[in-house]
Amino acid sequence: MSAPAGLPPRPAGPAAAGYPGGPGASREAAAPQAGPPGYQNGPVQNWMHLPSGYGSHPPSYSAPSGHYSQVPSKAAASHLDDQYRASYYPPYYSAPAQNALTPSVATSVLHTQESQQFYHKTTPQTVGSAEGPTQGAISSASYLITSAQQSYSAFGNHYSTSVSSSVASQGFPLNSDHYTMPVVSGAMYPHVSYPVAAGSVYGQAFTSQSLPAVGQFKETNTFSTQSTSVPHSLQQRVPVGYNSTISNVSAQPVQDNLSRNLTGSVAKVNNQINTGGTDSSQPVHSVSQSIPYTKSGAGTSSSPAVTSSVRTPAPSLSSQPPPSPALTQSPESALQEAIDSSSTTSSASPVLNNYDALEGGGYPETRSVTSSPVPAPAVPQTSKASKPFGYGYPTLQPGYQNAAPPAPVQPSNLGHHPGFQHYPQQYPSVNQLSSSLGGLSLQHSQQPESLRPVNLTQDRNILPVSSVPAPVPNLNSDLRKLNCSPDSFRCTLTNIPQTQALLNKAKLPLGLLLHPFRDLTQLPVITSSTIVRCRSCRTYINPFVSFIDQRRWKCNLCYRVNDVPEEFMYNPLTRSYGEPHKRPEVQNSTVEFIASSDYMLRPPQPAVYLFVLDVSHNAVEAGYLAIVCQSLLENLDKLPGDSRTRIGFITFDSTVQFYNLQEGLSQPQMLIVSDIDDIFLPTPDSLLVNLHESRELIKDLLNALPNMFTNTRETHSALGPALQAAFKLMSPTGGRVSVFQTQLPSLGAGLLHSREDPNQRSSTKVVQHLGPATDFYKKLALDCSGQQTAVDLFLLSSQYSDLASLACISKYSAGCIYYYPSFHRSHNPAQAEKLQKDLKRYLTRKIGFEAVMRIRCTKGLSIHTFHGNFFVRSTDLLSLANVNPDAGFAVQMSIEESLTDTSLVCFQTALLYTSSKGERRIRVHTLCLPVVSSLTDVYAGADVQAIVCLLANMAVDRSVSSSLSDARDALVNAVVDSLAAYMATASNLQQSMLMAPNSLKLFPLYVLALLKQKAFRTGTSTRLDDRVYAMCQMKSQPLVHLMKMIHPNLYRIDKLIDESTIHVNDRVVPQPPLQKLSAEKLTREGAFLMDCGSIFYIWIGKNCDNNFIKDVLGYPNYASVPQKMTQLPEVDALSSERTRSFISWLRDSRPLSPVLQVIKDENPAKTDFFQHLIEDRTEAAFSYYEFLLNIQQQICK
Amino acid sequence: MKLHPVVARCFSGCAACHVLGEGIFLCMGRSNKRVQEIIAFDELQSDFKNPIDQRNPVHARERLRNIERICFLLQKLVLPEYSIHSLFCIMFLCAQEWLTLGLNVPLLFYHFWRYFRCPADGSKLAYDPPAVMNADTLIYCQKEAWCKLAFYLLSFFYYLYCMIYTLVSS
Repeated sequence: MSAPAGLPPRPAGPAAAGYPGGPGASREAAAPQAGPPGYQNGPVQNWMHLPSGYGSHPPSYSAPSGHYSQVPSKAAASHLDDQYRASYYPPYYSAPAQNALTPSVATSVLHTQESQQFYHKTTPQTVGSAEGPTQGAISSASYLITSAQQSYSAFGNHYSTSVSSSVASQGFPLNSDHYTMPVVSGAMYPHVSYPVAAGSVYGQAFTSQSLPAVGQFKETNTFSTQSTSVPHSLQQRVPVGYNSTISNVSAQPVQDNLSRNLTGSVAKVNNQINTGGTDSSQPVHSVSQSIPYTKSGAGTSSSPAVTSSVRTPAPSLSSQPPPSPALTQSPESALQEAIDSSSTTSSASPVLNNYDALEGGGYPETRSVTSSPVPAPAVPQTSKASKPFGYGYPTLQPGYQNAAPPAPVQPSNLGHHPGFQHYPQQYPSVNQLSSSLGGLSLQHSQQPESLRPVNLTQDRNILPVSSVPAPVPNLNSDLRKLNCSPDSFRCTLTNIPQTQALLNKAKLPLGLLLHPFRDLTQLPVITSSTIVRCRSCRTYINPFVSFIDQRRWKCNLCYRVNDVPEEFMYNPLTRSYGEPHKRPEVQNSTVEFIASSDYMLRPPQPAVYLFVLDVSHNAVEAGYLAIVCQSLLENLDKLPGDSRTRIGFITFDSTVQFYNLQEGLSQPQMLIVSDIDDIFLPTPDSLLVNLHESRELIKDLLNALPNMFTNTRETHSALGPALQAAFKLMSPTGGRVSVFQTQLPSLGAGLLHSREDPNQRSSTKVVQHLGPATDFYKKLALDCSGQQTAVDLFLLSSQYSDLASLACISKYSAGCIYYYPSFHRSHNPAQAEKLQKDLKRYLTRKIGFEAVMRIRCTKGLSIHTFHGNFFVRSTDLLSLANVNPDAGFAVQMSIEESLTDTSLVCFQTALLYTSSKGERRIRVHTLCLPVVSSLTDVYAGADVQAIVCLLANMAVDRSVSSSLSDARDALVNAVVDSLAAYMATASNLQQSMLMAPNSLKLFPLYVLALLKQKAFRTGTSTRLDDRVYAMCQMKSQPLVHLMKMIHPNLYRIDKLIDESTIHVNDRVVPQPPLQKLSAEKLTREGAFLMDCGSIFYIWIGKNCDNNFIKDVLGYPNYASVPQKMTQLPEVDALSSERTRSFISWLRDSRPLSPVLQVIKDENPAKTDFFQHLIEDRTEAAFSYYEFLLNIQQQICK
Repeated sequence: MKLHPVVARCFSGCAACHVLGEGIFLCMGRSNKRVQEIIAFDELQSDFKNPIDQRNPVHARERLRNIERICFLLQKLVLPEYSIHSLFCIMFLCAQEWLTLGLNVPLLFYHFWRYFRCPADGSKLAYDPPAVMNADTLIYCQKEAWCKLAFYLLSFFYYLYCMIYTLVSS
């Protein structure tokens, strides 16, 4: 019975303080026996929870006391972490215990002091300023409280009943009809705002004890904020975890209520947390001192609560650091587990909530803030925080009523795992709690959050509040801080299995997803005559090497001991000598070296751009030339390059036309070569000319070009010969060829025939012609690649153009592919706008020439397949004629030798390229991951997004080399196998249910989304080119964009004013929660924004609020909104401003600015929109629920 | 037409002898090709460890040429090898060398499978230059080459033994 001893109320300093000492103590004592009837919702649980956090369970949750009594013992026995816990917690416990007994004021003070001490010792996370934010938080909190009181007085009646009936009643209504249930509940309270609910309920329920309640709630809030912010910066996660436990304890009651009240709107919570919280939580420390007296003085529930809330984070934050530094990796993980476990065990699991907030809302947001050009410090958040509060009361009550009734029905069930699973359904947004409840079955108490089993068929709301964060590797804090950003470098398994056998057992693919040339806002660039590398494996020195002594370092990939060169001893940053470990190379996992002349044999090539334009009748008809020429004219000065930059143009129809732009000519000279069977260059030079010297001629040409071919009758297209000419033109220098093609090439080498049978478009059986029809383009691409020339293809066609064959030209020469189906300048303005935007990005983005990328990994791991656009030159070396910031790569790996003798593995990508300024540069990313030996740990570290992206890549390969149906089967099997393997490991799970670890809970959803994606869907009419393009995208898009393509984000935007907000660059950006991709979420009264990565759809419901239509769309009513609307007017209204700031915030986060399309209910384009609602059933495909059942069936088989 | 048993045996003996003798030569040829292939793979795989050299863009072209050249060489070898082997099998069938045929049939089927499973654009099995350097393809091809070399060598000695045995016994 380890539990009672280890139950420190203390970490929750304020919370504990808030309670009358007596009851608290008695509860505590009682907890182990699980005796106390749960008559008081909040406090009871709170106290119960304390124990639960450390091994026992909250009795308040159910009559089944016997169940809980087992807990401690089991907990003690079950895991290795126990030992850590034991060693870890005691110090804290002792302090807290005292706190609990002492009067509240005293405790809090004491607590702060203590916390201060800790805090001062290690101040890793003192971020931000203390004062401003805190005040903000206070004010917001107070607001909250008052509002809660006011509005809820009426409400009391109802509430009291529900409370008395039993806690459980609200928490775990046992409905047999679970699946439908959630929907209802979701509808009931999607908009309950977190703070209000918590505060109000609390106050209502325990008038006498309400002090802590609100405060705690707030505390959670702040806490989670803090935690959210931490991971973002890749700071220590340990702190987070630890905090969470602590706050967990304190926050318990609140959380409880929250869990009940709060439904769909976790988002708001998070947002709020983020916005206000970020500031308030982190700085806290200084504030914490002052707060206590407020508390002591305050007689009302509200004010003390507020203060406590503000203060709490400080202790937790401060208290936590001491352990963390000491932790080595393993203890750390144990710690984390312990933390998580506490959350699981705890009844209402504030931790979970926090953690989820962390995962769901907070993290991404913070990240997004930083990613925006100027990371904006969050501004005093009073205003933002206050927003949500006014909202949601009405919905709350029904929710309560709804929830309450079922409860009494079967209280006895509550202790059981299945029973608990139901809980979340009632409160979909809080579904994360479910497993915590499920976690009552003890053995989960040891599991980390990511392992928490989730019942997929019953948990309907598995989507996080905002975007899905990347899991943070379970490393110690120092390494974690140094580790590479998940945006550039992600591994499908953040815990690498020790052996291939273990990997095989897990049935998950092992691979890396790279975005190596991503635009970075901050990148240490190192100029040094010697670049320090391992002498045997040539690894670049990185943060994860170990310095044996001052003069030697040990390579982390091959373990060879190398000398530190003399130069490296001097640190240019600090201007000190003898600190090699402080050099920027060793402090940053992403660095860029400027290479010395050793790295080049020929002088770096200049930037050379060649444009190959289709000018046949078809092309002129579509009218793309004007757009291209216009964009080029506008961006001519912004083309990356230096004084040597060269540019050239080729046009082609049935002949190939060259343009002599030699400086000194009065006007551009067109040279026509009609011998397309044996193409030659009409003049040896002056076809590629210096951009600066011939600027006027180029401008003339661009102005003239759109009109030069207006009357052409030439319908043929000799793409092949034109490409051959381009190759000849480019081969001396290398560079970039941009090809614009509008139809099937019909003349000369590389001519193609239509292979698509329109009747087969919606075939469910065989999809043919996914591979190229000829190897002409591939061979040419290889030639180009050899000459350092990349070919980028813009296909703007209205009919079938055999992209499968044409794409080869870009695929193997490391180019990129853009496809604009049914492009027409005036008939299809959305596509025209898209082309314009894409071109702007394309022409002005960074570019790297003659690049090679090498991926190295720790001895024992080996890379076996690459995905992306490139030529594989050696088993670990990719040859990239061009590299662009929008290119992503994927790599599959296997474990060749057991990794038992190492606890960490590292991956390093080195991208050597010539910048547009003619510098040879090396960009190095290093990722470090822990090695684990147990299957559960492998699951705990699974990165579902990375897995899905890697699977998508593999499926594309499979569908080309084998067949589409094979690929689809393989995708389904991937889910079935991995879930079956997981369920086999977790033997305690009921086999009749479909369970997934929390880390993989989105896996089936994403795979279903993949199956319904254009690339892999069957049964729905899909044009072959569209399908092939989607496949090309999957191979070459970086993870972030790919995920949007696979699973778009849906937001409700007609009530943005009420959403919580963040501040980015002086703009207020609302943060609506993510909605499920299901028609059930669409209401006629609403307006929804779907973010598909390259396109935004705004869907307007028929009964949408006229104010919204007027303010945001600029039309008086629904009927007058035009069919083709691609822009939002700038209306001087708050909702308009919010909507636009939200959209531009979404746009800023990606390189290609997406096109906006407004869709009304009867718009023909609405099918485009509805096809993305992947959770719904279509004629040809399962709904999400059916898909799950199907999986379950296959697992049982 | 039914042959007299003795004649038939004689014929079959001669045929076997002949076939086996031929087999030996062809086997040597095939083994030779295999050796060539293995050398080619080694060449493919062995990249110069000097990174500076590798990263040099000029080297890129040589390297690519090299890969292409080897791939084309390999592609050229594939068809003759397959056809010779199937010719063998037909001859063994005629000579009613059931055991030998039985030993060769699995490989024959494998060859058929490989030949017809090749995707139209000729990706991994057909030594496609862009794909061949993916480690799994390369390793697969290499393993295949070694296995076949072993098989051909063994069968060479087996045929030799059989031929001498038939010569001696007849």
